[in-house]
Amino acid sequence: MTSPPILILHAPGTNRDAEAAVAVELAGGDPRIVSMTDLRRGVASMSDFGGLVLPGGFSYGDALGAGVRLALEMRTWLYEELANSVRLGRPVLGICNGFQALLKSGLLGESSGPEGRLGVTLTDNANGRFECRWVTLRVEPVFRSGWLGSLAGMKIRCPVAHGEGRVAVSDPEVVGILEAERRIAFRYLSGDGQQGGDRVAGGLYPANPNGSVGDIAGLCDATGAVVGLMPHPEDHVVDWQRPGGPPGARGLPLFKAFVDAAR
Amino acid sequence: MCVTTRIEVTAVDDPRAARIVHLVRLLGVMGLVGCRVSRVYYLQGDLPADDIDRLSREVLIDPVVNEVIVGSPSPTSYPVVEVAPRPGVTDVEARELERAAAALGLPPLRASTARRYELIGDLDEAAVSAISRQLLANEIIELHSLGTVQPCFDSPASGEAQVNTVKLAGLGDADLVRLSREGLLSLDLGEMRAIQEHFEREGRDPTDAELETLAQTWSEHCMHKTFRARIRLEHTKSDGSVAISSHEGLLAALREVTEELAPPWLRSAFDDNAGIVAFDNDFDLAFKVETHNHPSALEPFGGANTGIGGVVRDVMGVSARPIACTNVLCFGPPDPADRDLPPGVLHPRRVRDGVVAGIGDYGNKLGLPTVNGAVIYDEGYVANPLVYCGALGLLPSGSHPTEPQAGDRIIAIGGRTGRDGIHGATFSSAGMDEATAEQAGTAVQIGDPITQKGCIEVVEQARDLRIYHAITDCGAGGFSSAVGEMGEHLGAEVDLSGVPLKYAGLEPWEIWLSEAQERMVLAVPSSRVGTLGELCEHHEVEMTDLGRFTGTGRLVVRHGETPVVDLPMEFLHRGAPRKEMVGRWADPVPEPVEMPEVDPTRVLLELLSHPTVASKEAIVRTYDHEVRGGTVGRPFVGVRADGPGDGAVLKPLGTWHHDAAVALSVGINPRIGRLDPWSMALHAIDEAVRNLVAVGGDPARVALLDNFCWGDPTKPDRLGSLVRALEGCLEGARRYRMPFISGKDSLFNEYAGEPIPGTLLISALGLVPDLHRTVASAFTRAGCDLWLVGDPSDRLGGSLVDDLLGICDRRVPPTLDEPLERYIAVHRLIADGSVTAAHDVSDGGIAVAIAEMAIGGRLGVEATVPAAGSGGILAALTNEAVGRLLLESPPARRGHLAARLGPLGRRIGVVTGSSSIEIAVAGAAEPQPLHREPVSISLDSAVRAFTGRSRES
Repeated sequence: MTSPPILILHAPGTNRDAEAAVAVELAGGDPRIVSMTDLRRGVASMSDFGGLVLPGGFSYGDALGAGVRLALEMRTWLYEELANSVRLGRPVLGICNGFQALLKSGLLGESSGPEGRLGVTLTDNANGRFECRWVTLRVEPVFRSGWLGSLAGMKIRCPVAHGEGRVAVSDPEVVGILEAERRIAFRYLSGDGQQGGDRVAGGLYPANPNGSVGDIAGLCDATGAVVGLMPHPEDHVVDWQRPGGPPGARGLPLFKAFVDAAR
Repeated sequence: MCVTTRIEVTAVDDPRAARIVHLVRLLGVMGLVGCRVSRVYYLQGDLPADDIDRLSREVLIDPVVNEVIVGSPSPTSYPVVEVAPRPGVTDVEARELERAAAALGLPPLRASTARRYELIGDLDEAAVSAISRQLLANEIIELHSLGTVQPCFDSPASGEAQVNTVKLAGLGDADLVRLSREGLLSLDLGEMRAIQEHFEREGRDPTDAELETLAQTWSEHCMHKTFRARIRLEHTKSDGSVAISSHEGLLAALREVTEELAPPWLRSAFDDNAGIVAFDNDFDLAFKVETHNHPSALEPFGGANTGIGGVVRDVMGVSARPIACTNVLCFGPPDPADRDLPPGVLHPRRVRDGVVAGIGDYGNKLGLPTVNGAVIYDEGYVANPLVYCGALGLLPSGSHPTEPQAGDRIIAIGGRTGRDGIHGATFSSAGMDEATAEQAGTAVQIGDPITQKGCIEVVEQARDLRIYHAITDCGAGGFSSAVGEMGEHLGAEVDLSGVPLKYAGLEPWEIWLSEAQERMVLAVPSSRVGTLGELCEHHEVEMTDLGRFTGTGRLVVRHGETPVVDLPMEFLHRGAPRKEMVGRWADPVPEPVEMPEVDPTRVLLELLSHPTVASKEAIVRTYDHEVRGGTVGRPFVGVRADGPGDGAVLKPLGTWHHDAAVALSVGINPRIGRLDPWSMALHAIDEAVRNLVAVGGDPARVALLDNFCWGDPTKPDRLGSLVRALEGCLEGARRYRMPFISGKDSLFNEYAGEPIPGTLLISALGLVPDLHRTVASAFTRAGCDLWLVGDPSDRLGGSLVDDLLGICDRRVPPTLDEPLERYIAVHRLIADGSVTAAHDVSDGGIAVAIAEMAIGGRLGVEATVPAAGSGGILAALTNEAVGRLLLESPPARRGHLAARLGPLGRRIGVVTGSSSIEIAVAGAAEPQPLHREPVSISLDSAVRAFTGRSRES
């Protein structure tokens, strides 16, 4: 089988690009780390790639809020290309800072919620601090055509490492709308995936590490092609990366599904 | 028309607000019930309302969580404090806002930022002033005001480049000394005379820039005068006899032992910005540890922030890609009342919180895992905290060029130059007192990690393309030391007029000496400058051509046509007179001690909750220790990931095709140093090695780093202690057969004449042959045996329990004559899979170590530990003898362990499925309590003492 070329976007301050590339490669993709400069100048184009990963980091220092400036760059320079790529069903995965930028760029789409806005954002962790720890996620049953569809119910253990990862909503009913629209892609679970079973974190720290409403760890757009999450599945693609605990629950199947969708 | 628009953005449920209320209560200020925190942006420019609205919507406001007010400040009846960076202090947010406006195609504007705190509650003026001074603002880098702060846009003060001459000719000794003091030069009389004589020979007086260049180059910080001095040591032993020894240079002595050991995997020691050892067939590892103590005392966030930035540049300065960070922090106890603090000293809690935030901010933003370290609390660091920052890097073997050529262009890349950091090197080469904060204003800086991240990418690619002949970082002394050192054997010509500045108005000497962060200097052949420029453009990094290396042996600096510096390299680097110094040290005379009557169980709980022992999760979880996906041995271990890890194990990206990994650990014990600095060195080396072996490191592949933090070395008692510690390092390197590959000294750690306890940090870099064969400190299974390697000691001097209970034992535990045998044996047992958990015995002694293993595994334990010589139960449980490790092993391996460990090891207990920790003492001099073990605590109470959590979640 051919390895589909996957664009891994590098903006100034991006830093989990190399791990994302390793994960994509292990999943059978052909990762290419491409700078924002080259995309802006047209040296590289989204149309040459089967999928897009927006990796973690602190793009432009996140000086104006996490992902804000990268979102602006994407809207300014790449929006048409990206929107077109999404229309063709090519998968987009935003991780951590990439998720923040996706959400703030509008690429995660509109909603039937109040005023047609998504009404959801990522903001300061509830404890006001950067937080690094391993968590357990569950892939939620999302829109059937999306590339996550086949993974519903799968658990992933992997670290979070962020200061602005709390999913917050403008109105409590937004969570219900997101759920109805099958936009909630990942939730934090209590326990390690075995012990604790399928119980969600229930808002309790540290299983829900940032105080996200509804234990939401990740979202997708209405088509299921654009997916974003705060935790780092790319940091658990081989067994030795896991800090003990039950075997399995790697992030690799997520990248395999992504690469398959990019073929 | 140029107007200033104010935009105030508030997050509706900002967690910072609750934090401020909490911290204000800790300050002892009552009456604050809430706080409303806002960001304030000032935009200056010719902007229509539509554009302001657009900029706000696109980048400033998140409609889900923000409220916004454009125009005048929000009305309130509560007191308001606003805080803004002083002119010239790095304000990344303002800069990014200007760039975002440009990206939106808006007309050019200038931005500045502030923070606004609305203090809700019943507060008088004194309370508001206390809150703003002690919590919200730091006057060294920030302006604060009650009510609205005036926006400050860096004002382009104009002025021609001006070079002044400093009159030296004919000055007498007193005037020379005064000139040095008043100019913050930190030069002594001998050095001032040498400079005077040089310019007499030249027939002229020096320029300001020349004098400053010499002061920087000859500073303790840059030249390590004490470590190069000829030192006579008078060592009075406890029996009253006096031994006199002389040292022809401490640095040379360390080098000598390394050359003597010369293992084949050693690549470079003491020659460069960082030590280098082989990792595998393709890659080398570079490791460096620095300190940033004085800046962190004055501006904890900025000081620690730039400390990490600086040491990472050291590793870049040997062409390595940085891959991890470490830090060791020494603070005053976190809870003294304000009135007990010396005047002008920040509260230790504020220092700690700021330092931790600064370290996390820089490391996290560079994408480097912060994987290893220690935090120590001791009265000796109240006025002078220690902030050790380490960085590890990876480079292809043989890829670091070190030979600049005549004709090479001198290229600077990275951040812009401002007035920041002027006199940093000389400032750190003198003690501190109340006036320091005022004098040192510009020496303290805030970092800009994203600019440095760009430099990392550029340097790595430039290295792989073999674009440069030499590289170094701009650290202390700025361009003057970077160019001066790189061009030492060639000479250089520099023109400062093209240097990009943060703001106008810098004098040439300020540009030349500025210690602005995030800059590297490279020697690049003219033919490759274009390629480097393309790389820089690609990564949005600024590049400047400063001049060229000449071959004339002179350092010539101009600003346009104006001469600034003209010095022979020979005089600059070898003109400083060598120092003759005297050190005195007297070993303490042991006195009989009386052991207090205490309940060992209570002592154990107190030790577990002592800030030096207790869980560091609140600090360390704010550091990303997972980024780069290679952290195998973590800071926290066990089933709930809250047991303490002994050392870090890392698998570098790009080396996944084999199983070898890197191990990092530290050893530090200032309490022993107060009594016996020589023993402190051996204890610290042993601790670092124990920690490394405990995570699977091979004791035959260990390289060491030394970091000496001491007081004023011109005082014989400080110097005597320093030299004794160094002698301990030399002895330790030989006994452990581990070379020192890099080191650094930070002297003059004094406040108002009071020195810190001389503090030696040993950092160890080792190899784990197989990353699948690493173990952690947490118990893994009930039914396993618990083994102890090594013997106890009845000497409690320097132990935590001695400090806690005020025992005042002046005898420290003996060092090991033949330490390696046990570590080799333990390493083999870990490598062959016979050991399932391992933990080093250090602060707090064996009872603490056993409890920590139980906490990590959430398993019980029954153990009987050996008595310590003639000591009683308390000594057996809490002594801090060196050379000890606890091992967990399945009973099936009992015979194997007994055979491998021989008399070095003994089985002392069993891991149980119960939820209690039971520890008895065998053969103690005093009778044991009836019907129960001396130590019997529930696992739950141990967890609570260690983590500080009220209950298990």
